[in-house]
Amino acid sequence: MLKLEVKNLAKRFGPRKVFAEISFSLETGQSLAVTGPNGSGKTTLIKTILGLAAPSRGEIALFRDEKKLEFDAYYKEAFLIAPYMNLYDTLTGRENLLFLSRLGGLAATDEAMEAALDRVGLAGRGKDLVGGYSSGMKQRLKYAAALIKKPAAVFLDEPTSNLDEAGKGIVFSLIKEWKKTALVVIATNEKEEATLAERSLELGR
Amino acid sequence: MPSGALNWVGSVLAVTAKDIRSEFRTRYALNAILMFALVTLTVISFGLGLLNPSKEILAALFWIILFFAAMSGLAHAFVREEESGTSLVLKLSCPGTVVFFGKMIFNLILLGVLAILIVPLFIILLKIIPADWGIFLLALIPGIIGLAGATTIVAAVVSQATVKGALFTVLSFPVLLPLLVAVIEITEVAFLGGTWAEIKAPLQLLIAYDVVMTTLSVMLFDFVWRQ
Repeated sequence: MLKLEVKNLAKRFGPRKVFAEISFSLETGQSLAVTGPNGSGKTTLIKTILGLAAPSRGEIALFRDEKKLEFDAYYKEAFLIAPYMNLYDTLTGRENLLFLSRLGGLAATDEAMEAALDRVGLAGRGKDLVGGYSSGMKQRLKYAAALIKKPAAVFLDEPTSNLDEAGKGIVFSLIKEWKKTALVVIATNEKEEATLAERSLELGR
Repeated sequence: MPSGALNWVGSVLAVTAKDIRSEFRTRYALNAILMFALVTLTVISFGLGLLNPSKEILAALFWIILFFAAMSGLAHAFVREEESGTSLVLKLSCPGTVVFFGKMIFNLILLGVLAILIVPLFIILLKIIPADWGIFLLALIPGIIGLAGATTIVAAVVSQATVKGALFTVLSFPVLLPLLVAVIEITEVAFLGGTWAEIKAPLQLLIAYDVVMTTLSVMLFDFVWRQ
C-alpha cells in the first residue's frame, strides 16, 4: 500500500503566488484530478510533488506500508506522463523501453515490450526511430513505458494530449486499470479526463 | 556483488550505452571535438612549422588542443538532454549518481577516441616523439579521467543556462587549471626525457585532483542536477 501525503503545500515564483495551502492524502486505489484554468499551477504542483521543483512551503511525504520512504523511492514508485517529458528521438521505440527498464534496474523482455507496444497501438513500430514517430505515437510510447515499469504511483499531466480518439480510448482504459493497482494523479483541463478520478482538486479559484 | 550494486552498475552502463548509441546516430559531439582538434592541430603545425618550438611549448600546446577540443563537444551530453526535453526521464527514473557516472564514462570514451587520433597526428605534424612513453601515458590517462570528471559536472551546471557554449569554457577553465598545470609539467618531462623523480610532485597533484574532483562531483551532482 502506497500513500502520498501533501500538507500545506505552497509555491511562489518570486512575488507571484502559484498555489497555497494545498493538502491532500492519496492511497493505492485512489485517484485525484487536479483541475483549473491555464496557469493555475497544475503542472507546477505535479513537478513539486515529484521533486522537480522545490516547494516554497509545506511537506510532501511518500509512505510504503506506513513506512516513510526516502526521496530516492520516487524512482522506483512513480511514473510521469506529460507533454514536456520526451523520450529519445535517436533511439527506436524498443530501445527507449529497454533503456527505461534498465534505468529502473530491470531488463524488459522482448515479449513484455511487444505486449506493451501492442497494447498502446504501436505493434510493428518498435524498431522505428522515435524521431520518425508522430506526436501521438510518442505519447503512446510513454504509456508503453509505464506499462513495462508497472508504477505504484502514476502522474498524468494532460494525459490525452496529441492523441486521436483511439488513443484516448486506450488511455482511459489504462487509467481505469491503474486506479485498481496504483495511486493516480491526473492534471487536466478536460472534463472527461477529470471524471476518471474519484476526487478532485481545483486550483486557481 | 549485491544485487543493488549490480543494478546500479547496470543502470550506469545503460546511460553510457544510450549516449553512445545516440552519438553513433547523430555524431553530434564526436564531429565537433574531432573537427576542432584536427583544425587546431593543422593550424598550429603550419604556424610553428619554421619556428622549431621548444619541447616545453609543445607540451603546453598538446594539452591546449585537448582542452579546447573537449570544450567544443563534452557539454553536449547534458545540453542535448535539456534541449530535447529528455532530462526529466533521467531525473525521474534513477539516482543522480547513475546519471553522473554514465555521462562521465561517455565523456571518457569520447576523450579516449580523441586522444587515440590526436596523439599520432601530433607526433607526425609537430615532429615530436615522447622520450619516455611511460611518463607520457601517466600524464595522458589520469589527465583525460580528470578532464572527463570535471567537465561532466560543469556540463550539468551549464545545461540549465541560456548561453551554454561560452559558459562551459569559462566555468571549466578555473576548475581545470590545477589539472592542466600538472599534466603539462608531466608531459614536458616525457618529451624532454627526464626522470621519474621529476614527475613525483605533479603526478601526486594529478591523482589527488582526480580523486577530489570525482568525489566532490558525486557529492554535489544531485543538487546541481535537480535544481
